[in-house]
Amino acid sequence: MDNVVLHVADVQKSFAGLHALADIDLSVKEGETHAIIGPNGAGKSTLLNVCIGRLRPDSGHVVFDGENLIGKKPHEINQLGVVRVFQTPEIFPELTLLENVMIPVLAKRDGAFKLRWFRRFAGEKDVRIKAEDVLEELGLGSLIGGEAGSLSRGDKRRLELAMGLAQEPRLLLLDEPTAGMARHDTNATIDLLKKIKAKGMTKVIIEHDMHVVFSLADRISVLAGGRIICQGTPEEVKADPRVKEAYLGEEQV
Amino acid sequence: MNRISAVSDWILLVVFAAVILTMPVWLAPFGADYPDLMQKFAIYGLFAIGFNILFGLTGYLSFGHAAFLGVGSYTAVWSMKLLTMNVLPAAFLSVFVAGAFAFVIGFISLRRSGIYFSILTLAFAQMSYNLAYSVLTPITNGETGLQLSLSDPRVVDAMAGISTGRSLPSTNLFGVKMSGLPGFYFCAVVLIIGFFISLRIFRSPFGTMLKGIKSNQTRMAYTGLNTRPYLIWAFVISGMYAGLAGALMAATDPLAGAERMQWTASGEVVLMTILGGAGTLIGPMLGASLIKYFENIFSAFNDQTLNQIFDFVPDSIRGYVVELVSLFVGDGWHLTLGLLFMITVIFLPGGIMEGFRRIGGLFSRKKSNTPSSGAVSDQP
Amino acid sequence: MDAIFLQVLNGLDKGAAYALIALGLTLVFGTLGVVNFAHGAIFMVGAFCAVTFEKILTISTKVKDESITFFDAYKEVPILEAKFPVVGAFIVDYSVPFSLIVAVPVMLALGLLMERGLIRHFYKRPHADQILVTFGLAIIAQEIIRHYFGANPIPQSAPDIVAGSANIGALFGLGENVVYPWWRLIYLMFSFVVIASVFAFLQFTTFGMVVRAGMQDREMVGMLGIDIQRRFTIVFGIATVVAGMAGVMYTPILPPDYHMGMDFLVLSFVVVVVGGMGSLGGAVLAGFLLGILQSFASMNEIKSIIPGIDQIIIYLVAVVVLLVRPRGLMGRKGVMED
Repeated sequence: MDNVVLHVADVQKSFAGLHALADIDLSVKEGETHAIIGPNGAGKSTLLNVCIGRLRPDSGHVVFDGENLIGKKPHEINQLGVVRVFQTPEIFPELTLLENVMIPVLAKRDGAFKLRWFRRFAGEKDVRIKAEDVLEELGLGSLIGGEAGSLSRGDKRRLELAMGLAQEPRLLLLDEPTAGMARHDTNATIDLLKKIKAKGMTKVIIEHDMHVVFSLADRISVLAGGRIICQGTPEEVKADPRVKEAYLGEEQV
Repeated sequence: MNRISAVSDWILLVVFAAVILTMPVWLAPFGADYPDLMQKFAIYGLFAIGFNILFGLTGYLSFGHAAFLGVGSYTAVWSMKLLTMNVLPAAFLSVFVAGAFAFVIGFISLRRSGIYFSILTLAFAQMSYNLAYSVLTPITNGETGLQLSLSDPRVVDAMAGISTGRSLPSTNLFGVKMSGLPGFYFCAVVLIIGFFISLRIFRSPFGTMLKGIKSNQTRMAYTGLNTRPYLIWAFVISGMYAGLAGALMAATDPLAGAERMQWTASGEVVLMTILGGAGTLIGPMLGASLIKYFENIFSAFNDQTLNQIFDFVPDSIRGYVVELVSLFVGDGWHLTLGLLFMITVIFLPGGIMEGFRRIGGLFSRKKSNTPSSGAVSDQP
Repeated sequence: MDAIFLQVLNGLDKGAAYALIALGLTLVFGTLGVVNFAHGAIFMVGAFCAVTFEKILTISTKVKDESITFFDAYKEVPILEAKFPVVGAFIVDYSVPFSLIVAVPVMLALGLLMERGLIRHFYKRPHADQILVTFGLAIIAQEIIRHYFGANPIPQSAPDIVAGSANIGALFGLGENVVYPWWRLIYLMFSFVVIASVFAFLQFTTFGMVVRAGMQDREMVGMLGIDIQRRFTIVFGIATVVAGMAGVMYTPILPPDYHMGMDFLVLSFVVVVVGGMGSLGGAVLAGFLLGILQSFASMNEIKSIIPGIDQIIIYLVAVVVLLVRPRGLMGRKGVMED
């Protein structure tokens, strides 16, 4: 069980002399849900961006399942099974929901490029069934023919989650999956993420909402000022005085 | 339902083919049933359909596609000079050469997107145009344009024992002369094949990926797709269409000039595509035909014909009316074109097809939306 | 040495035209976020302001030719000269510089009208739409000019006093054969003055400060509650006037015809891209640089080594610059990244 899937070692990143990330060491084990928390500007998003190839760190390694991710292009990292769900819903607004989800499924099946210009997209039965299942599971089943751009913000975020899940990633990176959601939607998302967890998918979650964090995370890393100041189970993190000082003090837990 | 939309595509294709092939019949009442004009409809329709695969699906606005058209024309004429007057080898060679040329330009230009891409394609097209006029004169015959001559070797024809005699040979398809109506039918068949391929691309996984690129290119990368080869292929395919259109021009009239490569010619195909409706299947064909039709009508007017038309207007103001209208017709046809350009972009960015949809929407508002039937967008 | 110096000079006046057009293009692009394909047409309309003005001044009347005494001969003389022999002849002679007085208000009005009537509605539209709609406008302007002035170039002459060439060589202690037409020198000086004025205006006035801030971050300036809209209109007007004046003053160098706008537009766009979208300094620098490069490329010595290079040099430079330095020579990060 103690298989390390994602290993972040000694990662440094600075912007114009400002240390955004310093000496980051992080291990994510297979099947666990690892939460990264920290005050605003602590470097959470930067860390996530380093993991998916959007940013290149100044030094250090990011190793996923024995493969060094640094220097790899975003699509190569995705093809390895690392999938990110964004904070601002990144969808294909002009396409239908079904197409939105079929594209990632097809990308997983056919790879980064395949010139299939003669087959019918709609005729890819297995892809279609898979996409419909995922949409159904996320409660978007009744909307599959609609244009994605006309969805509500909450539904857009669910659609993006569906696009991520449809690829059956080996590692799912979630950037504040409940930010800007109403309480009722938040709870629905927590339930959904719990369901995924039961299937054994490895996840890294960046989250502000402590309620979400403590109901999902197996382990938590606390980031402050670009450094990891504490790592451990939710109970350990709760009890750590440094965390209280840096972060928890600001908010009611 | 899957099968239903597949069937509806076949119906669309059959209707399209029928409409194109019966042009000589139904265009007669419009006075547009003569072969030269119908050839233009088919050739520019093909050009626009190909351009639409790039611009309509990916949103990348190329301002240099006329260069591929020009290259196609030159290749075809050379094929006729060196090999044979048969148009088939000319067409294949043109597609190949234009495709290779498009690959080189696309490979470089597609390293940028947005307006930079437009400027890069424009720069390449202008370079080709300028070179065709200057140093490449041995290949392009400069300002005069490339033409057939009696001293051309025509190796294949010579081997087959076809002698040209004392007059210039005419283009043919295994003996059938490619002027007049047979020429139109040849272009029409090529157009229908081109439309069929475009239809398949639109409905294919490849086409859907291109739509994804237009919609949200960054997301495509984070979905595990390498957008670059998709874009390059789209660029090359549309370049091949342009090359084929150029070959058809040479097939119906065997000469090629550099002015076909000028960037205003690139602008014209952009206009055809957006006027009909970029990203729709039949919009480009519609736009191309309309523009060529009106060009034909409008540019034929002169002051004399105008005076006849406005005969009913009192003499005192007829002069002014004719003066005003003559701005837009005859040599002034380009003014109308520019006006059309602006009106389309301002009021109908989706083109004529968008207009049809809006009108259709007024009537079908009451029908309930059936969500599942359109889950994979299949609009014509 | 002389030859090189001469080529630089020859390149400068063309470069000046590129720089003046590119300056307006960049200004409009940087502040309004609009890609204006009609900017070349504005240059062309400016040139035709000079043509029109000269045509009006030289409306002629028949006057008895006194020099012919054997019979009654008549010659055509501009009414102006016939009525006011000294002043009239002077004005006709100086028609090009004088037409600036007419061109500036005309161009300003044209610019304001264009911005209010059309450009404003395209701020938020995709760049492709902006390109297309202004391209359409450019065609219209071009065709109207062609309708009224014909397709042939209409030569304009510089005032007699500067009709000859300046012996620049002697001035700089170089060979006697380095001569340069006076008018081109004037054009160069004129462009320096205009460019300097635009920069000074942007640098030292509060208006300019707001505009520059707007080029950095449009939304931020909007949030400050400054009426950015009105300023944008004025910026567009300035760009129009600059291009129009450039057109007027260029007429003695290149006889204007209806498609000169398009020719210059394509090149000026390349100039803007090479200089860096949104960088005013870059546009000016690249304008002069490419003008000089083009002039060198058309030297026979160079052409014999690389045939045809003079035809493509500018585009070639643009391709290389875009690939090596995507943001152009002086482009800033964050401007037009996608």
